[in-house]
Amino acid sequence: MSGAELGLAVSVFLACTVEAVEALTIVLAVGTTRSWSSALAGAGAAAALLAVLVAALGPGLTSLPINVLRVGVGGLLLVFGLQWLRKAILRAAGLKALHDEDAAFAQETEAARGVARAAGFDPYSFTVALKGVLLEGLEVAFIVLTFGANQHRVGLAALAAGLAILLVATAGIAIRAPLARAPENTMKFAVGIMLSSFGTFWGAEGAGASWPGNDAALLVIIPVLLAISLAFVALIRRASPLASSRAPVTGSGA
Amino acid sequence: MSAVTAVGRGVWDFVVGDDWRVALGVVFALAATALIATSTVAAWWVLPLAVVALLADSLRRAARAGQRR
Repeated sequence: MSGAELGLAVSVFLACTVEAVEALTIVLAVGTTRSWSSALAGAGAAAALLAVLVAALGPGLTSLPINVLRVGVGGLLLVFGLQWLRKAILRAAGLKALHDEDAAFAQETEAARGVARAAGFDPYSFTVALKGVLLEGLEVAFIVLTFGANQHRVGLAALAAGLAILLVATAGIAIRAPLARAPENTMKFAVGIMLSSFGTFWGAEGAGASWPGNDAALLVIIPVLLAISLAFVALIRRASPLASSRAPVTGSGA
Repeated sequence: MSAVTAVGRGVWDFVVGDDWRVALGVVFALAATALIATSTVAAWWVLPLAVVALLADSLRRAARAGQRR
């Protein structure tokens, strides 16, 4: 496996783990309070829809000319990655609230208890689980498609996503509670760095630039962007009294 | 809101997100890279510089907005 393929697998795995943790909270909330079978059916239907989306769009994307693919998809990946990175930096600096799985679980559970329930199939559980998994999974599908298509390795990207889902689902079944201790922001920070770095690399290549050292340039881009992002976190913390007065960013190593 | 508008807004929020200036800046930086790449000057440095500048500007605005709240 080349360095770029390893970067692809790690990025997709981390992105999918984060989104799967958030989706698991929703499925657990409706499953434990209402109906496990309906909640799991909703989650399964959403996963199947996402798989169809990737299978339908993947071959079309990979058949595009390489420079069109790199400038278009690289640019999209960069815009998308900068969104993730920006939010992760603001969370790590204390200017944006961290995602609290326990609070999300309590909120979903409260809402689920407030809706009347008939015996048998529960449309509420099915719909909430379907919507939750679909919305969280769309970002992963986007990353699988863009990252995978650029390297013509959509299958590898889908495999990394599948492993992440399996890991999170197994952990969720084992503890039967939201994975509140997962270092979500650290993972989001890492994904933002990887997406932005690969987006920069491919976008510039697609636009006609040649990187010094070719693929080895990524070994410089990734650590430099990480160092700059961590410097931004430190600068914001120092400059903003609001950031320093907020709760410490527990669970965020960034 | 019509279905088309809702889908368009959803796609915009999904891809562009909170700060449209970042997306616009990336488009300009890619165009500048393509333009410079047609000359004899190296063009690889344009996008990394633009990424750092766009991120810094977006964070500066977000930090200011956070302080005003």
